[in-house]
Amino acid sequence: MLKFDVFTLGRARTMSMLNVEKLNAWYDRSHVVQNLTFHVEPGEVVTLMGRNGAGKTTTLRTIMGLLEKCTGNVSFDAQQMLGKPAHIRFHSGLAYVPEDRRIVAGLTVRENLQLGLIASAARAHTNAMIEEIAQTFPRLKERLNQEATSLSGGEQQMLAIARAMMAKPKMILLDEPSEGVMPVLVDEMFELFSRMKNQGTTILLVEQNVERALSISDRAYILDQGRIVHEGRAADLLADDEIQQKYCAV
Amino acid sequence: MAEITLQLLMLQLLTGLALGAVYALLAIGLSLIFGMLTVVNFAHGAFFMVGAFLGVYFLTVTGSFWFSLVLTPTAVGAIGLLCERFLVRPLYGRGIDYPLLLTFGLSYVMVEAMRVIFGIDGVPTSTPSELRGVVNVGFGMFPLYRLFLIAATAVIVLALWLFIEKTRYGLIIRAGSRDNEIVRVLGIDISKIWLLVFGLGTAIAGLSGLLAAPTRAVNPEMGIPVLAESFVVTVVGGMGSLVGAVVAGLLVGVVFSMTSLFAPEYAELSIFVLMAVVLLVRPQGLFGKAGLMG
Ligand SMILES: Nc1ncnc2c1ncn2[C@@H]1O[C@H](COP(=O)(O)OP(=O)(O)O)[C@@H](O)[C@H]1O
Ligand SMILES: [Mg+2]
Repeated sequence: MLKFDVFTLGRARTMSMLNVEKLNAWYDRSHVVQNLTFHVEPGEVVTLMGRNGAGKTTTLRTIMGLLEKCTGNVSFDAQQMLGKPAHIRFHSGLAYVPEDRRIVAGLTVRENLQLGLIASAARAHTNAMIEEIAQTFPRLKERLNQEATSLSGGEQQMLAIARAMMAKPKMILLDEPSEGVMPVLVDEMFELFSRMKNQGTTILLVEQNVERALSISDRAYILDQGRIVHEGRAADLLADDEIQQKYCAV
Repeated sequence: MAEITLQLLMLQLLTGLALGAVYALLAIGLSLIFGMLTVVNFAHGAFFMVGAFLGVYFLTVTGSFWFSLVLTPTAVGAIGLLCERFLVRPLYGRGIDYPLLLTFGLSYVMVEAMRVIFGIDGVPTSTPSELRGVVNVGFGMFPLYRLFLIAATAVIVLALWLFIEKTRYGLIIRAGSRDNEIVRVLGIDISKIWLLVFGLGTAIAGLSGLLAAPTRAVNPEMGIPVLAESFVVTVVGGMGSLVGAVVAGLLVGVVFSMTSLFAPEYAELSIFVLMAVVLLVRPQGLFGKAGLMG
Protein backbone atom coordinates (compact mmCIF):
# COMPACT_ATOMS: atom_id res chain seq x y z
CA MET A 1 0.00 0.00 0.00
CA LEU A 2 1.19 3.47 -0.84
CA LYS A 3 2.52 5.26 2.21
CA PHE A 4 3.05 8.97 1.94
CA ASP A 5 6.58 9.06 3.21
CA VAL A 6 7.02 12.48 1.76
CA PHE A 7 4.98 13.95 4.59
CA THR A 8 7.02 12.33 7.31
CA LEU A 9 10.45 12.62 5.79
CA GLY A 10 13.13 12.65 8.45
CA ARG A 11 11.21 10.52 10.91
CA ALA A 12 12.62 7.19 11.90
CA ARG A 13 9.62 5.35 10.53
CA THR A 14 6.27 6.18 9.12
CA MET A 15 3.51 6.22 11.68
CA SER A 16 -0.07 6.70 10.63
CA MET A 17 -1.93 9.65 12.11
CA LEU A 18 -5.03 7.50 12.41
CA ASN A 19 -5.03 3.74 12.31
CA VAL A 20 -8.30 1.90 12.41
CA GLU A 21 -8.22 -1.86 12.68
CA LYS A 22 -11.13 -4.28 12.57
CA LEU A 23 -13.50 -1.68 13.87
CA ASN A 24 -17.05 -2.83 14.67
CA ALA A 25 -19.89 -0.75 16.06
CA TRP A 26 -23.45 -1.48 17.05
CA TYR A 27 -26.65 0.38 17.80
CA ASP A 28 -28.40 -2.02 20.15
CA ARG A 29 -28.26 -5.18 18.09
CA SER A 30 -27.80 -3.68 14.66
CA HIS A 31 -24.22 -4.14 13.53
CA VAL A 32 -23.67 -0.88 11.69
CA VAL A 33 -19.90 -0.76 11.21
CA GLN A 34 -18.33 -4.06 10.26
CA ASN A 35 -14.67 -4.87 10.43
CA LEU A 36 -13.34 -1.60 9.08
CA THR A 37 -9.61 -1.35 8.59
CA PHE A 38 -8.14 1.85 7.22
CA HIS A 39 -5.56 4.50 7.94
CA VAL A 40 -4.88 8.16 7.43
CA GLU A 41 -1.31 9.41 7.18
CA PRO A 42 -0.08 12.70 8.64
CA GLY A 43 -0.98 15.59 6.38
CA GLU A 44 -3.32 13.54 4.22
CA VAL A 45 -6.86 14.38 3.24
CA VAL A 46 -8.89 11.19 3.01
CA THR A 47 -12.52 10.99 1.97
CA LEU A 48 -14.96 8.43 3.28
CA MET A 49 -17.75 8.02 0.73
CA GLY A 50 -20.89 5.96 0.47
CA ARG A 51 -24.65 6.18 0.32
CA ASN A 52 -26.90 7.41 3.04
CA GLY A 53 -26.98 4.85 5.80
CA ALA A 54 -23.68 3.26 4.77
CA GLY A 55 -22.23 3.87 8.23
CA LYS A 56 -20.01 6.93 7.64
CA THR A 57 -21.32 9.00 10.55
CA THR A 58 -21.17 6.00 12.85
CA THR A 59 -17.55 5.41 11.84
CA LEU A 60 -16.58 8.99 12.72
CA ARG A 61 -18.49 8.86 15.99
CA THR A 62 -16.75 5.62 16.93
CA ILE A 63 -13.35 7.13 16.15
CA MET A 64 -14.27 10.07 18.40
CA GLY A 65 -15.36 7.79 21.23
CA LEU A 66 -19.07 8.54 21.15
CA LEU A 67 -20.36 5.04 20.54
CA GLU A 68 -20.81 2.82 23.53
CA LYS A 69 -20.77 -0.51 21.82
CA CYS A 70 -17.74 -1.09 19.66
CA THR A 71 -14.72 -3.36 19.24
CA GLY A 72 -11.44 -3.19 17.36
CA ASN A 73 -8.46 -0.91 17.48
CA VAL A 74 -8.29 2.81 16.93
CA SER A 75 -4.93 4.43 17.36
CA PHE A 76 -4.37 8.11 16.88
CA ASP A 77 -0.95 9.73 16.78
CA ALA A 78 0.55 6.52 18.16
CA GLN A 79 -1.85 6.36 21.13
CA GLN A 80 -4.46 3.70 21.73
CA MET A 81 -7.89 5.31 21.69
CA LEU A 82 -10.46 2.59 22.07
CA GLY A 83 -12.19 2.73 25.43
CA LYS A 84 -11.03 6.29 26.05
CA PRO A 85 -13.76 8.90 26.43
CA ALA A 86 -14.26 11.62 23.81
CA HIS A 87 -12.67 14.40 25.84
CA ILE A 88 -9.40 12.47 26.17
CA ARG A 89 -9.34 12.00 22.38
CA PHE A 90 -9.84 15.72 21.94
CA HIS A 91 -6.85 16.40 24.15
CA SER A 92 -4.72 14.08 22.00
CA GLY A 93 -5.36 16.45 19.09
CA LEU A 94 -8.40 14.93 17.43
CA ALA A 95 -11.23 17.29 16.46
CA TYR A 96 -14.72 16.36 15.29
CA VAL A 97 -17.30 18.44 13.47
CA PRO A 98 -20.57 16.51 13.67
CA GLU A 99 -23.05 16.13 10.86
CA ASP A 100 -25.65 18.39 12.45
CA ARG A 101 -23.07 21.05 13.37
CA ARG A 102 -24.17 21.24 16.98
CA ILE A 103 -23.97 24.99 17.25
CA VAL A 104 -25.10 25.73 20.79
CA ALA A 105 -28.31 27.74 20.84
CA GLY A 106 -28.52 30.56 23.34
CA LEU A 107 -24.81 31.31 22.99
CA THR A 108 -23.20 33.95 20.81
CA VAL A 109 -20.79 33.19 18.00
CA ARG A 110 -17.96 34.29 20.28
CA GLU A 111 -19.09 31.98 23.09
CA ASN A 112 -19.32 29.07 20.68
CA LEU A 113 -15.73 29.78 19.63
CA GLN A 114 -14.67 30.06 23.28
CA LEU A 115 -15.97 26.54 23.82
CA GLY A 116 -13.37 25.35 21.33
CA LEU A 117 -10.56 26.28 23.74
CA ILE A 118 -12.36 26.10 27.04
CA ALA A 119 -10.82 22.79 28.07
CA SER A 120 -7.32 23.49 26.75
CA ALA A 121 -4.24 24.72 28.52
CA ALA A 122 -4.11 27.43 25.82
CA ARG A 123 -7.41 28.95 26.92
CA ALA A 124 -5.61 32.01 28.28
CA HIS A 125 -5.10 32.93 24.62
CA THR A 126 -8.75 32.52 23.68
CA ASN A 127 -9.21 36.12 22.58
CA ALA A 128 -6.05 36.14 20.47
CA MET A 129 -7.11 32.85 18.92
CA ILE A 130 -10.58 34.20 18.12
CA GLU A 131 -8.89 37.14 16.39
CA GLU A 132 -6.71 34.76 14.42
CA ILE A 133 -9.62 32.51 13.46
CA ALA A 134 -11.68 35.54 12.47
CA GLN A 135 -9.06 36.34 9.82
CA THR A 136 -9.71 32.95 8.27
CA PHE A 137 -13.49 33.23 8.70
CA PRO A 138 -14.36 36.82 7.78
CA ARG A 139 -18.05 35.99 7.88
CA LEU A 140 -17.82 35.17 11.55
CA LYS A 141 -15.75 38.20 12.37
CA GLU A 142 -18.61 40.65 11.86
CA ARG A 143 -21.02 38.47 13.77
CA LEU A 144 -19.04 37.58 16.88
CA ASN A 145 -21.59 39.01 19.28
CA GLN A 146 -24.62 37.73 17.45
CA GLU A 147 -26.70 34.77 18.64
CA ALA A 148 -25.02 31.83 16.87
CA THR A 149 -28.25 30.23 15.69
CA SER A 150 -29.14 33.43 13.81
CA LEU A 151 -26.41 32.57 11.29
CA SER A 152 -27.29 30.92 7.99
CA GLY A 153 -26.76 27.17 7.66
CA GLY A 154 -23.47 27.66 5.84
CA GLU A 155 -22.20 30.18 8.35
CA GLN A 156 -23.11 27.83 11.18
CA GLN A 157 -21.08 25.15 9.45
CA MET A 158 -18.15 27.57 9.19
CA LEU A 159 -18.58 28.31 12.89
CA ALA A 160 -18.57 24.62 13.75
CA ILE A 161 -15.33 24.17 11.80
CA ALA A 162 -13.79 27.30 13.31
CA ARG A 163 -14.74 26.10 16.79
CA ALA A 164 -13.08 22.75 16.15
CA MET A 165 -9.94 24.51 14.84
CA MET A 166 -9.57 26.77 17.89
CA ALA A 167 -7.40 24.22 19.69
CA LYS A 168 -5.21 23.65 16.59
CA PRO A 169 -5.93 19.93 16.31
CA LYS A 170 -3.58 17.57 14.52
CA MET A 171 -6.48 15.96 12.75
CA ILE A 172 -10.08 16.86 12.09
CA LEU A 173 -13.05 14.61 11.30
CA LEU A 174 -15.60 16.44 9.13
CA ASP A 175 -19.06 14.96 8.63
CA GLU A 176 -20.77 16.25 5.48
CA PRO A 177 -19.69 19.86 5.91
CA SER A 178 -21.27 21.00 2.63
CA GLU A 179 -24.72 19.56 3.37
CA GLY A 180 -27.38 22.25 3.12
CA VAL A 181 -24.82 24.97 2.44
CA MET A 182 -25.29 27.39 -0.41
CA PRO A 183 -22.85 26.99 -3.35
CA VAL A 184 -20.85 30.19 -2.74
CA LEU A 185 -20.07 29.07 0.75
CA VAL A 186 -19.26 25.55 -0.39
CA ASP A 187 -16.53 27.03 -2.61
CA GLU A 188 -15.20 29.00 0.32
CA MET A 189 -15.31 25.92 2.50
CA PHE A 190 -13.32 23.72 0.14
CA GLU A 191 -10.73 26.44 -0.33
CA LEU A 192 -10.46 26.48 3.43
CA PHE A 193 -9.92 22.71 3.54
CA SER A 194 -7.11 23.03 1.00
CA ARG A 195 -5.50 25.71 3.14
CA MET A 196 -5.91 23.58 6.26
CA LYS A 197 -4.20 20.74 4.44
CA ASN A 198 -1.36 23.02 3.35
CA GLN A 199 -0.90 24.05 6.95
CA GLY A 200 -0.47 20.43 7.88
CA THR A 201 -3.86 19.50 9.34
CA THR A 202 -4.80 15.91 8.61
CA ILE A 203 -8.41 15.58 7.44
CA LEU A 204 -10.86 12.70 7.32
CA LEU A 205 -13.77 13.96 5.27
CA VAL A 206 -17.22 12.46 4.85
CA GLU A 207 -18.97 14.00 1.84
CA GLN A 208 -21.86 13.46 -0.52
CA ASN A 209 -20.35 16.06 -2.80
CA VAL A 210 -18.06 13.40 -4.20
CA GLU A 211 -16.29 15.31 -6.95
CA ARG A 212 -15.54 18.24 -4.73
CA ALA A 213 -14.27 16.02 -1.98
CA LEU A 214 -12.10 13.88 -4.24
CA SER A 215 -10.58 16.92 -5.88
CA ILE A 216 -8.95 17.97 -2.59
CA SER A 217 -8.26 14.46 -1.30
CA ASP A 218 -5.25 12.21 -1.53
CA ARG A 219 -7.13 8.98 -1.10
CA ALA A 220 -10.64 7.71 -0.53
CA TYR A 221 -12.49 4.75 0.93
CA ILE A 222 -15.95 3.68 -0.17
CA LEU A 223 -18.25 2.35 2.48
CA ASP A 224 -21.30 0.22 1.74
CA GLN A 225 -23.52 -1.40 4.36
CA GLY A 226 -20.92 -0.90 7.03
CA ARG A 227 -17.99 -2.37 5.10
CA ILE A 228 -15.19 -0.91 3.04
CA VAL A 229 -15.86 -2.05 -0.50
CA HIS A 230 -13.25 -0.02 -2.31
CA GLU A 231 -10.21 2.09 -1.66
CA GLY A 232 -7.96 4.04 -3.93
CA ARG A 233 -6.25 7.23 -4.87
CA ALA A 234 -8.61 10.14 -5.15
CA ALA A 235 -7.50 10.93 -8.69
CA ASP A 236 -8.28 7.38 -9.84
CA LEU A 237 -11.71 7.37 -8.22
CA LEU A 238 -12.48 10.75 -9.68
CA ALA A 239 -11.95 9.28 -13.12
CA ASP A 240 -13.94 6.14 -12.37
CA ASP A 241 -17.57 6.96 -13.13
CA GLU A 242 -18.67 3.39 -12.81
CA ILE A 243 -17.67 3.02 -9.19
CA GLN A 244 -19.06 6.43 -8.30
CA GLN A 245 -22.39 5.39 -9.84
CA LYS A 246 -22.38 2.06 -8.08
CA TYR A 247 -21.73 3.19 -4.53
CA CYS A 248 -22.32 6.86 -4.27
CA ALA A 249 -25.32 7.74 -6.43
CA VAL A 250 -28.09 8.88 -4.14
CA MET B 1 -61.36 39.61 60.89
CA ALA B 2 -59.13 42.63 60.80
CA GLU B 3 -59.91 45.27 58.28
CA ILE B 4 -57.88 44.91 55.11
CA THR B 5 -55.94 48.05 54.45
CA LEU B 6 -53.47 48.91 51.74
CA GLN B 7 -50.73 48.80 54.36
CA LEU B 8 -51.69 45.29 55.32
CA LEU B 9 -51.69 44.25 51.66
CA MET B 10 -48.24 45.72 51.16
CA LEU B 11 -46.88 43.98 54.23
CA GLN B 12 -48.44 40.72 53.14
CA LEU B 13 -46.86 41.19 49.71
CA LEU B 14 -43.47 41.57 51.35
CA THR B 15 -44.13 38.47 53.44
CA GLY B 16 -44.96 36.67 50.22
CA LEU B 17 -41.70 37.80 48.63
CA ALA B 18 -39.74 36.53 51.65
CA LEU B 19 -41.47 33.17 51.35
CA GLY B 20 -41.01 33.23 47.58
CA ALA B 21 -37.29 33.92 47.99
CA VAL B 22 -36.89 30.51 49.61
CA TYR B 23 -38.98 28.90 46.86
CA ALA B 24 -36.84 30.61 44.23
CA LEU B 25 -33.62 29.25 45.73
CA LEU B 26 -35.05 25.76 45.92
CA ALA B 27 -36.27 25.87 42.35
CA ILE B 28 -32.93 27.20 41.10
CA GLY B 29 -31.19 24.16 42.55
CA LEU B 30 -33.77 21.77 41.09
CA SER B 31 -33.59 23.50 37.72
CA LEU B 32 -29.81 23.52 37.57
CA ILE B 33 -29.64 19.83 38.34
CA PHE B 34 -32.42 18.92 35.95
CA GLY B 35 -31.13 21.18 33.17
CA MET B 36 -27.64 19.75 33.31
CA LEU B 37 -28.05 16.14 34.38
CA THR B 38 -31.71 15.48 33.45
CA VAL B 39 -32.04 14.16 36.99
CA VAL B 40 -35.30 14.98 38.74
CA ASN B 41 -33.95 15.31 42.24
CA PHE B 42 -36.60 13.93 44.57
CA ALA B 43 -34.21 14.37 47.49
CA HIS B 44 -34.20 18.15 47.05
CA GLY B 45 -36.59 18.68 49.96
CA ALA B 46 -34.44 16.38 52.09
CA PHE B 47 -31.32 18.42 51.30
CA PHE B 48 -33.32 21.49 52.34
CA MET B 49 -34.26 19.80 55.59
CA VAL B 50 -30.68 18.69 56.30
CA GLY B 51 -29.61 22.28 55.62
CA ALA B 52 -32.07 23.52 58.24
CA PHE B 53 -30.81 21.02 60.83
CA LEU B 54 -27.14 21.64 60.10
CA GLY B 55 -27.78 25.39 60.05
CA VAL B 56 -29.16 25.24 63.56
CA TYR B 57 -26.42 22.85 64.63
CA PHE B 58 -23.58 25.00 63.30
CA LEU B 59 -25.20 28.08 64.80
CA THR B 60 -25.26 26.40 68.19
CA VAL B 61 -21.72 25.05 67.95
CA THR B 62 -19.99 28.11 66.56
CA GLY B 63 -22.30 30.66 68.09
CA SER B 64 -22.22 32.63 64.87
CA PHE B 65 -24.97 32.80 62.28
CA TRP B 66 -22.42 33.94 59.70
CA PHE B 67 -20.17 30.93 60.21
CA SER B 68 -23.22 28.75 59.87
CA LEU B 69 -24.10 30.56 56.67
CA VAL B 70 -20.81 29.38 55.20
CA LEU B 71 -20.51 25.96 56.82
CA THR B 72 -24.03 24.73 56.11
CA PRO B 73 -24.08 24.96 52.31
CA THR B 74 -20.54 23.60 52.27
CA ALA B 75 -21.54 20.56 54.31
CA VAL B 76 -24.79 19.93 52.43
CA GLY B 77 -23.01 20.43 49.10
CA ALA B 78 -20.39 17.90 50.20
CA ILE B 79 -23.14 15.39 50.95
CA GLY B 80 -24.53 16.17 47.50
CA LEU B 81 -21.15 15.55 45.88
CA LEU B 82 -20.88 12.16 47.57
CA CYS B 83 -24.41 11.23 46.52
CA GLU B 84 -23.75 12.14 42.89
CA ARG B 85 -20.39 10.44 42.75
CA PHE B 86 -21.35 7.15 44.36
CA LEU B 87 -25.12 6.81 43.95
CA VAL B 88 -26.44 8.84 41.01
CA ARG B 89 -23.49 8.47 38.65
CA PRO B 90 -23.79 4.72 38.11
CA LEU B 91 -27.33 5.33 36.84
CA TYR B 92 -26.56 7.73 33.99
CA GLY B 93 -27.63 6.52 30.60
CA ARG B 94 -30.37 4.32 32.05
CA GLY B 95 -33.31 6.66 31.63
CA ILE B 96 -34.81 9.32 33.79
CA ASP B 97 -36.70 7.03 36.19
CA TYR B 98 -33.63 5.38 37.76
CA PRO B 99 -32.13 8.50 39.35
CA LEU B 100 -35.66 9.61 40.21
CA LEU B 101 -36.29 6.46 42.23
CA LEU B 102 -32.84 6.61 43.73
CA THR B 103 -33.21 10.18 44.97
CA PHE B 104 -36.69 9.34 46.24
CA GLY B 105 -35.19 6.55 48.34
CA LEU B 106 -32.33 8.79 49.36
CA SER B 107 -34.75 11.33 50.76
CA TYR B 108 -36.15 8.68 53.13
CA VAL B 109 -32.65 7.76 54.23
CA MET B 110 -31.90 11.40 54.99
CA VAL B 111 -35.15 11.88 56.92
CA GLU B 112 -34.44 8.76 58.96
CA ALA B 113 -30.84 9.84 59.57
CA MET B 114 -32.02 13.16 60.99
CA ARG B 115 -34.55 11.37 63.19
CA VAL B 116 -31.76 9.22 64.56
CA ILE B 117 -29.33 12.09 65.07
CA PHE B 118 -31.60 14.90 66.22
CA GLY B 119 -34.73 13.08 67.36
CA ILE B 120 -38.20 12.95 65.84
CA ASP B 121 -39.34 16.23 67.34
CA GLY B 122 -36.76 18.28 65.53
CA VAL B 123 -34.81 21.13 67.02
CA PRO B 124 -35.95 24.51 68.31
CA THR B 125 -34.95 27.49 66.25
CA SER B 126 -34.74 31.16 66.82
CA THR B 127 -33.90 34.15 64.74
CA PRO B 128 -30.19 35.00 64.97
CA SER B 129 -29.81 37.78 67.52
CA GLU B 130 -28.35 40.32 65.11
CA LEU B 131 -31.37 39.92 62.81
CA ARG B 132 -34.14 40.11 65.38
CA GLY B 133 -36.72 42.83 65.62
CA VAL B 134 -38.73 44.83 63.15
CA VAL B 135 -37.91 47.72 60.88
CA ASN B 136 -40.02 50.45 59.41
CA VAL B 137 -40.38 49.79 55.71
CA GLY B 138 -42.37 52.95 55.00
CA PHE B 139 -45.81 51.39 55.08
CA GLY B 140 -45.45 49.57 58.37
CA MET B 141 -43.22 47.51 60.58
CA PHE B 142 -41.71 44.38 59.04
CA PRO B 143 -39.52 41.66 60.59
CA LEU B 144 -35.87 42.37 59.90
CA TYR B 145 -35.13 38.69 59.34
CA ARG B 146 -37.59 38.45 56.46
CA LEU B 147 -36.02 41.47 54.83
CA PHE B 148 -32.67 39.78 55.25
CA LEU B 149 -34.12 36.69 53.57
CA ILE B 150 -35.09 38.72 50.52
CA ALA B 151 -31.75 40.52 50.39
CA ALA B 152 -29.74 37.32 50.89
CA THR B 153 -31.66 35.65 48.08
CA ALA B 154 -31.02 38.62 45.81
CA VAL B 155 -27.30 38.38 46.55
CA ILE B 156 -27.22 34.62 45.95
CA VAL B 157 -29.17 34.93 42.70
CA LEU B 158 -26.88 37.72 41.50
CA ALA B 159 -23.76 35.72 42.38
CA LEU B 160 -25.15 32.70 40.60
CA TRP B 161 -26.07 34.76 37.58
CA LEU B 162 -22.55 36.18 37.39
CA PHE B 163 -21.13 32.68 37.78
CA ILE B 164 -23.27 31.31 34.96
CA GLU B 165 -23.03 34.24 32.59
CA LYS B 166 -19.49 35.43 33.15
CA THR B 167 -17.27 32.53 34.09
CA ARG B 168 -15.72 29.69 32.17
CA TYR B 169 -17.59 27.08 34.21
CA GLY B 170 -20.80 28.99 33.62
CA LEU B 171 -20.27 28.82 29.89
CA ILE B 172 -19.62 25.10 30.12
CA ILE B 173 -22.82 24.69 32.15
CA ARG B 174 -24.89 26.73 29.68
CA ALA B 175 -23.51 24.81 26.72
CA GLY B 176 -23.60 21.43 28.41
CA SER B 177 -27.19 21.78 29.55
CA ARG B 178 -28.20 22.20 25.91
CA ASP B 179 -25.86 19.71 24.34
CA ASN B 180 -23.56 17.62 26.47
CA GLU B 181 -22.10 15.78 23.48
CA ILE B 182 -20.56 18.86 21.92
CA VAL B 183 -18.84 19.89 25.13
CA ARG B 184 -17.46 16.37 25.43
CA VAL B 185 -15.93 16.42 21.96
CA LEU B 186 -14.48 19.84 22.78
CA GLY B 187 -12.51 18.29 25.60
CA ILE B 188 -14.71 18.70 28.67
CA ASP B 189 -14.90 15.85 31.13
CA ILE B 190 -18.66 16.12 31.51
CA SER B 191 -18.79 13.88 34.58
CA LYS B 192 -16.85 16.52 36.53
CA ILE B 193 -19.35 19.17 35.48
CA TRP B 194 -22.27 16.99 36.52
CA LEU B 195 -20.61 16.44 39.89
CA LEU B 196 -20.07 20.17 40.32
CA VAL B 197 -23.64 21.05 39.36
CA PHE B 198 -25.17 18.45 41.66
CA GLY B 199 -22.99 19.75 44.49
CA LEU B 200 -23.95 23.33 43.70
CA GLY B 201 -27.67 22.57 43.45
CA THR B 202 -27.74 20.68 46.73
CA ALA B 203 -25.60 23.34 48.44
CA ILE B 204 -28.20 25.94 47.46
CA ALA B 205 -30.96 23.67 48.78
CA GLY B 206 -29.07 23.39 52.07
CA LEU B 207 -28.60 27.14 52.20
CA SER B 208 -32.30 27.74 51.64
CA GLY B 209 -33.03 25.30 54.48
CA LEU B 210 -30.79 27.30 56.79
CA LEU B 211 -32.35 30.59 55.70
CA ALA B 212 -35.89 29.28 56.12
CA ALA B 213 -35.22 27.62 59.50
CA PRO B 214 -36.06 30.62 61.72
CA THR B 215 -39.39 31.05 59.93
CA ARG B 216 -40.69 27.52 60.34
CA ALA B 217 -40.51 24.37 62.43
CA VAL B 218 -37.34 22.37 61.90
CA ASN B 219 -38.18 18.68 61.93
CA PRO B 220 -37.22 15.68 59.80
CA GLU B 221 -40.43 15.87 57.73
CA MET B 222 -40.18 19.56 56.88
CA GLY B 223 -38.74 18.80 53.45
CA ILE B 224 -41.74 16.84 52.21
CA PRO B 225 -44.15 19.70 51.50
CA VAL B 226 -41.19 21.80 50.41
CA LEU B 227 -40.36 19.29 47.68
CA ALA B 228 -43.91 19.48 46.30
CA GLU B 229 -43.85 23.27 46.43
CA SER B 230 -40.48 23.41 44.66
CA PHE B 231 -41.87 21.25 41.88
CA VAL B 232 -44.82 23.61 41.57
CA VAL B 233 -42.41 26.52 41.22
CA THR B 234 -40.27 24.70 38.69
CA VAL B 235 -43.28 23.74 36.61
CA VAL B 236 -44.70 27.28 36.75
CA GLY B 237 -41.33 28.82 35.84
CA GLY B 238 -40.40 26.25 33.22
CA MET B 239 -38.13 23.29 33.88
CA GLY B 240 -34.48 24.25 33.46
CA SER B 241 -34.95 28.02 33.39
CA LEU B 242 -33.18 30.06 36.06
CA VAL B 243 -35.10 33.25 35.39
CA GLY B 244 -38.26 31.16 35.49
CA ALA B 245 -37.26 29.73 38.87
CA VAL B 246 -36.82 33.19 40.37
CA VAL B 247 -39.97 34.75 38.90
CA ALA B 248 -42.13 31.71 39.65
CA GLY B 249 -40.67 31.37 43.14
CA LEU B 250 -41.63 34.93 44.02
CA LEU B 251 -45.00 34.54 42.32
CA VAL B 252 -45.84 31.38 44.22
CA GLY B 253 -44.76 32.99 47.48
CA VAL B 254 -46.98 36.02 46.86
CA VAL B 255 -49.97 33.94 45.77
CA PHE B 256 -49.60 31.80 48.89
CA SER B 257 -49.35 34.71 51.27
CA MET B 258 -52.15 36.73 49.64
CA THR B 259 -54.46 33.75 49.74
CA SER B 260 -53.66 33.20 53.40
CA LEU B 261 -54.73 36.77 54.06
CA PHE B 262 -58.16 36.36 52.48
CA ALA B 263 -58.83 32.65 52.79
CA PRO B 264 -56.15 30.93 54.88
CA GLU B 265 -57.71 27.49 54.43
CA TYR B 266 -57.09 27.72 50.68
CA ALA B 267 -53.47 28.90 50.84
CA GLU B 268 -51.97 25.46 50.25
CA LEU B 269 -54.40 24.82 47.45
CA SER B 270 -53.88 28.19 45.77
CA ILE B 271 -50.40 27.43 44.51
CA PHE B 272 -51.58 24.19 42.90
CA VAL B 273 -54.41 26.12 41.25
CA LEU B 274 -51.79 28.57 39.98
CA MET B 275 -49.82 25.66 38.58
CA ALA B 276 -52.88 24.21 36.87
CA VAL B 277 -53.72 27.55 35.30
CA VAL B 278 -50.16 28.06 34.04
CA LEU B 279 -50.08 24.52 32.66
CA LEU B 280 -53.32 25.12 30.78
CA VAL B 281 -52.18 28.42 29.30
CA ARG B 282 -48.47 27.73 28.87
CA PRO B 283 -47.69 24.03 29.25
CA GLN B 284 -43.93 24.66 29.02
CA GLY B 285 -44.08 27.04 31.99
CA LEU B 286 -43.68 30.81 32.03
CA PHE B 287 -40.06 30.74 30.84
CA GLY B 288 -39.87 27.22 29.49
CA LYS B 289 -39.17 28.34 25.95
CA ALA B 290 -36.61 30.94 26.83
CA GLY B 291 -33.98 28.24 26.92
CA LEU B 292 -32.55 26.03 29.55
CA MET B 293 -30.24 28.40 31.35
CA GLY B 294 -31.77 31.55 29.89
N1 LIG C 1 -28.87 6.40 16.76
C1 LIG C 1 -29.11 5.34 15.96
N2 LIG C 1 -29.80 4.27 16.42
C2 LIG C 1 -30.03 3.21 15.65
N3 LIG C 1 -29.62 3.09 14.38
C3 LIG C 1 -28.92 4.11 13.85
C4 LIG C 1 -28.63 5.28 14.62
N4 LIG C 1 -27.93 6.13 13.84
C5 LIG C 1 -27.79 5.52 12.65
N5 LIG C 1 -28.38 4.31 12.65
C6 LIG C 1 -28.39 3.36 11.54
O1 LIG C 1 -27.06 2.99 11.29
C7 LIG C 1 -26.81 2.90 9.90
C8 LIG C 1 -25.65 3.79 9.55
O2 LIG C 1 -26.00 5.13 9.79
P1 LIG C 1 -24.98 6.33 9.59
O3 LIG C 1 -23.70 5.97 10.22
O4 LIG C 1 -25.66 7.55 10.06
O5 LIG C 1 -24.81 6.36 8.01
P2 LIG C 1 -24.31 7.50 7.04
O6 LIG C 1 -23.65 8.56 7.84
O7 LIG C 1 -23.38 6.80 6.12
O8 LIG C 1 -25.50 8.02 6.31
C9 LIG C 1 -28.12 3.29 9.22
O9 LIG C 1 -28.77 2.11 8.84
C10 LIG C 1 -28.89 4.00 10.27
O10 LIG C 1 -30.26 3.82 10.09
MG1 LIG D 1 -24.17 10.55 8.00
